[in-house]
Amino acid sequence: MDAKNPRRSRRASDALFFLVMGGISATFILLIVLLLVADVMFTSPSEFYRALAKPEIRAALQLTLFSCTVAAILSVWVGTPLGYLLSRYSFRGRWVIDTLVDIPIVLPPLVLGLSLLILFHQPIAGWQLESALRDGLGFPVTYRWPAVVLAQFSVACAFSVRTMRVTFDQMNPRAEEVARTLGCTRGQAFWRIALPQASRGIVTAFTIAWARALGEFGPIMVFAGTTRMRTEVLSTSVFLELSIGNLDAAVAVSLLMVMLAVVVLVVLRVLGTGLNS
Amino acid sequence: MIELKGVTVKSGSFVLPNISFQILSGEYAVLMGTSGRGKTTLLESICGLRRVAEGQVLIHGRDVTRWSPADREIGYVPQDLALFPKLSVLEHLEFALRLRKLSREVVTERTRELSEVLGIGHLLSRSIAGLSGGEAQRVALGRALSFRPSVLLLDEPLSALDESTRYEMHELLRRVKQTTGVTTLHVTHSVSEAESLADRCFWLAADGIQERPLSQIC
Repeated sequence: MDAKNPRRSRRASDALFFLVMGGISATFILLIVLLLVADVMFTSPSEFYRALAKPEIRAALQLTLFSCTVAAILSVWVGTPLGYLLSRYSFRGRWVIDTLVDIPIVLPPLVLGLSLLILFHQPIAGWQLESALRDGLGFPVTYRWPAVVLAQFSVACAFSVRTMRVTFDQMNPRAEEVARTLGCTRGQAFWRIALPQASRGIVTAFTIAWARALGEFGPIMVFAGTTRMRTEVLSTSVFLELSIGNLDAAVAVSLLMVMLAVVVLVVLRVLGTGLNS
Repeated sequence: MIELKGVTVKSGSFVLPNISFQILSGEYAVLMGTSGRGKTTLLESICGLRRVAEGQVLIHGRDVTRWSPADREIGYVPQDLALFPKLSVLEHLEFALRLRKLSREVVTERTRELSEVLGIGHLLSRSIAGLSGGEAQRVALGRALSFRPSVLLLDEPLSALDESTRYEMHELLRRVKQTTGVTTLHVTHSVSEAESLADRCFWLAADGIQERPLSQIC
């Protein structure tokens, strides 16, 4: 009898543990589910298709798919070497670079957009970046699609660097060191040994960068503007539809963004980690 | 031949001071000593993975102290083996040979010979996941020997193996020594390993490195 009571009390304690932990966790899951359910209930399939049929929304969808993909590719392209250097090497001033990388994450989005605008239009000794790109290379940026990509990249890349750094931190550098004793240069050890091992991290960094680019709004509005059929992406579509009082279309576009995000997340997770993960 | 002349290695507050010794060509030396004395640090300094603060590392009389690991032509088996997760067993054996851009025929012949000596011919197509401790050990040894280095550094290679596999590996290391004549420095805590394999025995202590007669250690 004496031995039974502590057992029962431990079982009760375990049940309470799962109840409390599960209860607290459930509040967040429930919030997300309720948000999505509310959106679905607010709109109807006909409203959804009507919104999708609008040429402005179609153009925004195309630009969104294009700009998010380009921004994510650029983010991984830059994030992989930077994450590797920060992970593998101690050098003077590393903490400064580490802090600088995080600035786009903590900076208010509108400030980031404004900073991009100033960077491209600030005259420096009679020279201006925007004019140089427009007149010299025939590649104007501000208020055009490249501005959308750059605004998305500025934030998405910071997340990509963080993801890649964690990826390389979790990999044993020993294999690369042994590769060097076998005849590899540092570059060969990176390409042949580190990079193949980091493939899942690369997929994750791409996914996070893509999703972050999809949700970008503030910097795009300031730096690229919200010109319909030109620099409008889905996040700005929601804003534009709301601003003209078209709540149904705004919700329909929001649902489209949710669906896009889910499809991209699922596809990349299956590609990168296999279904069993 | 491996020769260290007054080598000092610094890593944070840890200092490995003024190490000098010489291992002649074809000799099999073991390096022993209590944990934390810097045996692994010493091996890493010889193969170029750790910077030497003072002194010289000479391989066959050539000063390689400032050479990159790739140029030293030293086979290295670290304690954790550090096999390449994305490569098959065969690709491990071919890795250094392909870097040296040897012809397909030479690569095939060398890997066949090596896999026969190491007894891993049946594992060549396998990925390294799921290899037993002894099999992984043989692959790491094969990878280090593949480019026919004249010097081999082994960092406690048999510590994680069971008794019978360890005995098999003793046999294998003796066979490698006989067939390749490679100059070997083998870090171990095991007296039986030293007894079974060593021509010479070094002891690393707080005040430096000393050679001890095998009879005194074993």
